[in-house]
Amino acid sequence: MGKYILKRLGLLVFTFFVIITISFFLIRLLPQEMPLEPNLQALIKARWEALGYNKPIIVQYGIYLRNIFTKFDFGTSWKIALTTPAVEVMGSRILPTVIVNLYSLILSIPVGISLGIYAAIKKNKWQDHLISTVVIIFVSVPSYVYAFLVQYFFYFKLRWVPTNVMYSLADAGGSYFTAKMFSSLILPVLALSFGEIAGLTRFTRAELSETLTSEYMLLARTKGLTRGQATTRHALKNAMVPIFPMLIASFIGILGGSMIIEQIFSIPGVGSLYLMSINQLDYDIFMLETVFYTFIGLTAGIVVDISYGFIDPRIKMGKK
Amino acid sequence: MNSNKLTNKNVKDERFTFAHENIKLHDHKLKTKARGYFADAFFRFTRNKASVTASIIIGLILLFALFVPILTPTSVQTIMDPYYAKKGPRNTILYNIGVNGSQSKVLTNRVLYYELGKGVAAEFSEENPVVTIEESRKSKYQPVVKYGKATEANYGDSSARYKAAVDQYLAVGFKYISIEQSRYLEMRAWEEEKNLKLFYPLIASNEWTFGEGSPDAANYWYKATNRNDPVKIVGGQAVPIPYAPDMVFEDNYMRDASNNFVYYVHTGGGSFETAQYKVRVLYYNYYQYIYGREPNYIFGTDSQGYSMIYRLSTGVRLSLIIAVLVSTINFVIGALYGAVEGYYGGATDLVMERISDILAGVPFVVTVTLFQLHFAAKVGSFVGLLFAYVATGWLGTAASVRTQFYRYKNQEYVLAARTLGASDNRIMWKHIFPNTLGTLITSSVLVIPGVIFSESMLSYLGIIKVGGATTTSLGTLLSDASAIWTSYPSLMIFPALIISLLMISFNLFGNGLRDAFNPQLRGSDS
Repeated sequence: MGKYILKRLGLLVFTFFVIITISFFLIRLLPQEMPLEPNLQALIKARWEALGYNKPIIVQYGIYLRNIFTKFDFGTSWKIALTTPAVEVMGSRILPTVIVNLYSLILSIPVGISLGIYAAIKKNKWQDHLISTVVIIFVSVPSYVYAFLVQYFFYFKLRWVPTNVMYSLADAGGSYFTAKMFSSLILPVLALSFGEIAGLTRFTRAELSETLTSEYMLLARTKGLTRGQATTRHALKNAMVPIFPMLIASFIGILGGSMIIEQIFSIPGVGSLYLMSINQLDYDIFMLETVFYTFIGLTAGIVVDISYGFIDPRIKMGKK
Repeated sequence: MNSNKLTNKNVKDERFTFAHENIKLHDHKLKTKARGYFADAFFRFTRNKASVTASIIIGLILLFALFVPILTPTSVQTIMDPYYAKKGPRNTILYNIGVNGSQSKVLTNRVLYYELGKGVAAEFSEENPVVTIEESRKSKYQPVVKYGKATEANYGDSSARYKAAVDQYLAVGFKYISIEQSRYLEMRAWEEEKNLKLFYPLIASNEWTFGEGSPDAANYWYKATNRNDPVKIVGGQAVPIPYAPDMVFEDNYMRDASNNFVYYVHTGGGSFETAQYKVRVLYYNYYQYIYGREPNYIFGTDSQGYSMIYRLSTGVRLSLIIAVLVSTINFVIGALYGAVEGYYGGATDLVMERISDILAGVPFVVTVTLFQLHFAAKVGSFVGLLFAYVATGWLGTAASVRTQFYRYKNQEYVLAARTLGASDNRIMWKHIFPNTLGTLITSSVLVIPGVIFSESMLSYLGIIKVGGATTTSLGTLLSDASAIWTSYPSLMIFPALIISLLMISFNLFGNGLRDAFNPQLRGSDS
């Protein structure tokens, strides 16, 4: 197990390094755009000279890596927040993304799993058919359509919520955890949750209905357990084996967030920062976002694989 | 066990006969028709109600994408009328059942009577210059389709509010345009021929003129206060007319010295051909004069003024073309890559797997962005997007082909083929590959909704911009609508509806295919 984890980690570092290298060259080779204002231009040019942006690209790459390892410095924002370190620009944006996605997960996990369990228990009855039909619709419809629907009904028609976009930090009293801020997050959380709930319901139903028909369930019933006991003690436990890693992946995924939801509800998160960075061609931020997304994606993959081994002792890692 | 011991005591031995004593035992020819794998899958597919329904919907959408652009005359395709942009569905035949381009609004007295006034003004004629509101309600140019009773509500002031449905096409009302004299004569001839009225008197400029210089200046035709409340002139004094259904507007038209209505003023140019005239036209009829048709837009118009149904159909077509191309290319690349990986295994597999790992690790949105930034200027947005999809899209296909190859390559029939001298090539494509086809086709179909979704999302976010003046994609339509959809919901409803329909039906279709090809998976994930 330990050996397997080490091997996976080694591969992760290798893959990560190769992707970062390729991305660095591709991004640095893009044509640069200077601001029109002469003072600003002079300032940026001087900074670039000092930071080695005019050296050959391979030297730039060396400097980039050195700065990361020695100072955790991923470059500087030149457009979005002039001369602010990229890490700082991005750091201030992780919290909004995480909050919205965390609320959404807190809502969707219990609802999704309960619906999935209910559908699996009622398999092939009308309740199951109803849930399955609704689920296939909700899984298929793009999240931005929900975003429009919740905005239209809950804000423009019914006025149940005070705003259709997220409040800025100043408007909501300087913190992301005020009641006012929460009220403005209801719509994005709902828009995110519909798809999430449907996905979880589908997955749970599929896994649980498979375990419900397995032979150990028959044995459990034969030895005298009621249907409820057998389901909670045996079927549910086993169904959780694939569901749990999926939840872990979702929790890692909340860092990445959803670009389109952030855009529609003007959430100042990492997704909207990504869009800003490519619209304004702020390459250091773009590079950092690339590093960030790559890291999340790779980590999620490895954590999920390893978690299988911890959750289910039958699965021996690293053996084919 | 000895067979002698099986004799039944109650039945005598001689009553036993051999079952097959006089029959030759050999294989019979099958009486039923043999059914191959694909025929079997097709049979199972047609038994699945959900996927059959989905196929029908997909078929209808395909027909829509194929025939609407063909059946829309070129003259209609290119109509892009700025005044009739962002409008709702309207059709003259279906007008009375609600397809009337109307928007429900809560209007104040002032605005309601301003809208009603447009209908009154349209009924103007030299013979009958004074028209009542009651008469104008029957006019086909009356923008106010219906309005309810006045309600007093807390709106901050005490004026009445009406819930009204206003035809947004007719609400454009009148426009000032500048034309040459030859054009003027041509339009006059057209009026005669069609028996439609284009020209209306110009509006005088005096102390009762409201909104001079505004885009709607041609609609303020009655004498009004500086807040646009209608007035009548009694002894040189402006007296407000109380708002009521039987009120009569006092017109503020321009008249010449002999008290005739003035229809044009000379604004420049000299000779007959180049003389410029400023005229006031009823836009609804002017539209018919320019384009030779009434404004019939069954899905309304898009943000620029193109016919929405035409834009939608080309958008669906473009999205489907991208999706099918991506799916096909991924199928080919994925099959080749996965087959080589799976069949040869060992070091080849290890190296190729590392390459896949690296490609899979790049976030898709970064791939698309980089392709757009590097290539879009050179090869166009469409090709750039296609490359981005193909760059990493085949990984899933390759992985599943690889698994299947690992599963089959050590089976006896492959060994038999090899013993008989079949080449690697033949074993791979003739013997192993057909076993992977079912999974492959399913996953290729499921790629289509994925591509349609991500294309629409990337266009919406502005990362890519496919389409242009002649074509558009569904995502571009959505992104055009994104800032203004709360005022013009139809711009968002139709593209969102058709994308959702496409996604649902393709997912159902793909699930149906999977169940048909792998019956043991049935219901596992639906």
